[in-house]
This record gives sequence, C-alpha cells and structure tokens, in this order.
Amino acid sequence: MQQTLAQKYNFEVVKAFTVMAVIYLVVGTLLGVYVASELAWPVLNFDTPELSFGRLRPLHTNAVIFAFGGCALMAASFYSVQRTCSTALWSNGLAWFVFWGWNAIIVSAVITLPLGLTQGKEYAELEWPIDIAIAVVWLAYSFNFIMTIARRKTTHIYVSNWFFLSMMIMITYLHVVNSLSIPVSAFKSYSVFSGVQDAMIQWWWGHNAVGFYLTAGFLGMMYYFVPKQAGRPVFSYRLSVIHFWALTFGYVWLGAHHLQYTALPDWTGSLGAAVSLAMIIPSWGGAVNGMMTLSGAWDKLRTDYVLRFLIVSLAFYAMSTFEGPVMSAKTVNALSHYTDWGIGHVHSGALGWVGMVAAGSLYHLVMKLWNTEMYSARLVNTHFWMATIGAVIYIIAMWVSGIMQGLMWREYDEFGTLTYTFAESVAAMYPYYVMRAVGGLIYWSGAVVMLYNVVMTIRQASTAPNTQPAAAAA
Amino acid sequence: MANQIHSTRFQDKVERNIFVMLIVTMLLLSVGGIVEIVPLFYLKDTMEHNKHPEVMWQRQDGQSLNDWTAGAGVRPYKPLELMGREVYIREGCYLCHSQMIRPFRDEKERYGHYSLASESMYDHPFQWGSKRTGPDLARVGGKYSDDWHFRHLRAPRDVVAESVMPNYPWLETYPVAGQRTADTMSAMRTLGVPYTDADITSAASEVTGKNELQAVVAYLQVLGTMVKFDNSVDYRE
Repeated sequence: MQQTLAQKYNFEVVKAFTVMAVIYLVVGTLLGVYVASELAWPVLNFDTPELSFGRLRPLHTNAVIFAFGGCALMAASFYSVQRTCSTALWSNGLAWFVFWGWNAIIVSAVITLPLGLTQGKEYAELEWPIDIAIAVVWLAYSFNFIMTIARRKTTHIYVSNWFFLSMMIMITYLHVVNSLSIPVSAFKSYSVFSGVQDAMIQWWWGHNAVGFYLTAGFLGMMYYFVPKQAGRPVFSYRLSVIHFWALTFGYVWLGAHHLQYTALPDWTGSLGAAVSLAMIIPSWGGAVNGMMTLSGAWDKLRTDYVLRFLIVSLAFYAMSTFEGPVMSAKTVNALSHYTDWGIGHVHSGALGWVGMVAAGSLYHLVMKLWNTEMYSARLVNTHFWMATIGAVIYIIAMWVSGIMQGLMWREYDEFGTLTYTFAESVAAMYPYYVMRAVGGLIYWSGAVVMLYNVVMTIRQASTAPNTQPAAAAA
Repeated sequence: MANQIHSTRFQDKVERNIFVMLIVTMLLLSVGGIVEIVPLFYLKDTMEHNKHPEVMWQRQDGQSLNDWTAGAGVRPYKPLELMGREVYIREGCYLCHSQMIRPFRDEKERYGHYSLASESMYDHPFQWGSKRTGPDLARVGGKYSDDWHFRHLRAPRDVVAESVMPNYPWLETYPVAGQRTADTMSAMRTLGVPYTDADITSAASEVTGKNELQAVVAYLQVLGTMVKFDNSVDYRE
C-alpha cells in the first residue's frame, strides 16, 4: 500500500520542504529572541554593524515569514494538492526547482540583510536581484500547483486548494507592484513610488502578506490537516464557500488601516477600517468551521497532541482576528498605533495561529511521509505547552507595554503639560521587554524540542523496518 | 454523485474548472487595491501643495540647492542629506523611528505640526515608519545641535541614559562616495525628483571629505524644517 502511495505521489520534495520548515522555525525564532533581547539589553548590539537591531530585525521577519512560513506552505500545499486531486505533481522537476530556488533566496537574504543591503520597505527589504528571483520561483510554484489541479482525478476542487490558489495570485500581485524599483547598482535600488503613494502600496503589501501568505495560505493548511487529523469532514461546506469569497474579496482592502491619521487621505484610511470591521464575520466563520469540524470527536483532544496544536491555533486565529478589527477602529488606533501593541498583535497571529497550525500540520506530514508514529508523543505535548505558554507570555507583555506606551505618550499633568518625556516611556518598557524575550525563549525551546523529535522520528523510520499500518489513501 | 450540484450553478462551475476559478479569483483580488491605490495618483486633494503652493520651494532658474533657506518650502535633498538618508535606510532606523506626526494635541506638543503628504513627496521609498521604539523624527531637524547628534549616534546612552538604541561607532569610519552620490541623484531624477544637471555635477564636490556620520546628521537636521507652517491654515480639510 505505502509502496504504491510513494510511487503514485511525489513525496520526496515534500519531505525536503518539511524538514527545512522545522529547521527554519528554530532559526527564525532564535533570531527573534536575539533582537528582542537587544531591546532589553542594548549591549547585545556589540557595536557591530551586522549584529545591530536595525539590520537583524529584517532578517528575523524574513526568516520566519519567508523561510519558515514559505517552506511550511510549500510542503503542505504540494502534499495536499496531490492527495486531494489524487494525482502526482504536474512536474516533480519543477517542484525541486522551487525547493532549491527558494532556499537559495533564503541564503541570499541571510547574507545581504546583515550587510545592510535593503530596499527599506518592511517585509520587502530584499534587493532587486533577489526580488526577481522570488518572482520567478513563486510563479514556478504557482504554475506547478495550478497544473496539478488541472490534471486531477476528482470532479471538484477541494477547499484547501482554493485558499492556496488565492494566496498565490495575491502574493504575485503584491510582490510585483510593491517591489517596482530602479536599480543604481547591483545591490541597490529605489522604489519608483514616493511618499503617500509608496506608503499605501507598502501597507497594501504589508497587510496582505499577512492576509494572504500568513492567513489564506495557512487556512488552506487548516482545511486539509484539521479534517485529516480529526478524521471528520469539514463542519460546513457552505461556511467554507462564504469564508473563502468574503476573505478573498475583503482582505485586500485592509492595508489602509495602518495609515489612519497619517497624511494618507482620510477616505482611504476610513475605508480600510470599515472593511476591517466587517472582516470579523468571515474570519470567525472560518475559525468556527475549523473548530466545529471536531464536533463529535472532541475526546480526541485528550489523546491526540497534534490535534491540540491545530485546535488551539484556531483559538488564537479567532482571538487575533477579533483584535485586528478592534485595533483598526479609529479611536483605538489612535492609541495603539506606533506602540508595542501592534507587535503583540502580529505575534498572537504569528506564534499562536501560524506557528501552531504549521507545527500541527508538519507533525502530521512527518508521520504520513515517513509512514510512522512520532518518536515521542510526550515531546509533542511538551512542545505544545511550551509554544502555548511562550506565546501567551509574549502577547501579554506586549499588551501591557503597548497600552502603557500609548497612555504615557498622551498623559497630561494638572498644569496641562505632557507628564512624561519619551525617554521615561522607554525606561518603563524594560520589564516587559525582558518578559517578551523570556516568552520568545520558551517558544523557541519548544521549536528545538520539535526539531529533535522530528530528527529522531526520521532516523527511527529509516533504520527500523516498517511495522506501522499504511496510511489511508486520500 | 459527481454530477450533483451542492451549491449554486456558478459556484459548482468554479469548483469544477481551475481556470475559471483562477480568473474569478484574480478579478476579485484586484478590486480593493485598485480602488484604494489608483486614486491617490490623480486626486488633487491627496497632495496639500495643490491647494497651498507655498509649501513647495519655488526654485528660480540658476538657483542651487544651497540657495534654499529653512522654511522656504519642500525641496529635494542636498547631496549630503540624501546620502545621510541612505545610511538611515541601510541601518534600519525606520524600524524604530516614525516620520509621521498625527494631528493630536500630544503629538503636536511633543513633535510639532502634523506631517503633510507633500513633505515626503521626494522620498523614494517613504520613511513614515510603523513603530516608535524611539521618538518620531519627522521634525527633529534643529532640535539638537550637530554635536549632540554626533555624541548620540556614537553612544546614545552617554546623552540619554534610558535609550535602547544601538551605538553607531562605525559611521564616521566610512567616507561618503562622490560617484555614488551623483548616481543616486540621477536615479532620483529619473523617478521625478527635480534635480538639475548642475545639482548632479556638483554632487561629488559637495560630499568631498565628509563621512557617513556627518551625512546622517545633515539628513536629521533638515527633517521637518522645509515648510514654514501658518497655524491659522488647515492644510488637510
């Protein structure tokens, strides 16, 4: 049975992406812990350009989003598209090109960002030659995915693939437009846009990198791996249809809420905020759809640690998709913008939703691809609790520091003058910056446990003769 | 079973044909961006100088950038300032410092007049930022002496004990390259920044003997000083 599955599908490239995703999770979160520690203890900058916060922070964001997130998405999508379409990849060779291309891009980011080679736009820092490489590899990935669906053996296209497709199209739009620039040298270029237009395009990119890469893509993951791990069909087909179209149409508008009260015209910011509020409905529809898939099988949460990751990730998803619209409301935004609250919000999505749904899916993938159980189920549980506790500590630290910053900046004394200097607000952040670094360290340690468990599982599977029952066909 | 329609006829068609799904999704995804971004390029209200031309520097023929005086209006950066901005971007300053003052009482008192869109119209890329781990810098120009900035950039905690900013001791060890300055200005001109031939030919001599520390301080010292605001005017109705 397994023999035929491995012959029928292209699993080798999925295995490669799976292993790299786990490695990049460890690397990316370690960089996060380091830059977080630099804010608590600036001596860690060591007066060294390559280690200074301003250069390492983009490396952290690129490593977790594009290295970890990208490999996890590519592993999950290349696996689930084969299973749901009951066919091998359109081109195994092209999939390997995507694997090597994407990893080469990651290596070039690791080299160029600490050297200070940057376009200076958040989450789109990489310079123009790398941007071109990203476009080529991304299109190869998308093309392979679409052509695999085109030759499927099933009648309808399964819902997880809709979300992956939506991500691929939108990221193509965003990357191409936001990265338009003219080069002055091999490693330096300037955005063709300036000022207010550049700001709007940047946040159209910035919010939708979150909305499509980290949300739609990971929802695709959720729609395949939650039902699979739970052994139940998706709770509601109708809800998935509504979830998909509302999210696809609506998310695109949200970027403008990053620029409220700025020099961006008021109509644009307000439009972004209005649509942001409305996005609670499809977001919660999706979260409910995922969680209710477990109805009738809730007892599995007691024994299935992988399922715990998936379900708790949906709880974080519901929480941060509620928090987001709240923060986009103008009165709240006036306080929360420019503060650590924004950082906390991003990380409740990143650590809680993205990190945990990916971890659950990657554990599932490891067991399926190597046709074995995890080396240690207890260590999966350990990772689960470290990830949960680490994320919660991180988020709480940033809530407190963010709201405190916002309040201190606008506090007036009885004489009608500002109570605090800016420097006093910086000093007040110290305990929370320490707490955040500790939360991040716990989360990172959980990722190390995962890496160890995955390595041991693969070693065990490749040395011991296989005695496990074969995986069921999709 | 395979022929049964579980939803609407349209939804069923989309789910059965990847290319129909591709086209429909492509169209839907493009709407929000087009509605929010395209008008910003042609709506006159977006840039304040369309209604208040005095916020722009009206440069006469033959005038050089050095003929500009503070408050005379928005102008392109001088060569040294432009190269200082390069350093600012390279070191990732925008990750902790915003350059966008919002129209609130506390921000006006702390940082100054709210920022105008026209003030950053020559910024490729924009540097509004998204986070204030350190204070806003949109109007930092002239607030501190050059000497204060030199000391602060070398070792921030020597002048502000609470600061968490990295030390930047390496900046003064790098000279500003003349050819690179001229190339950058040419690129900016291609993008629409009104540099003259004379501006570009004199670029190399303007930065001769200067280092990156001096460049970044020149940049910081011009921030927010270009426009002289009239408090009786509401620039953003």
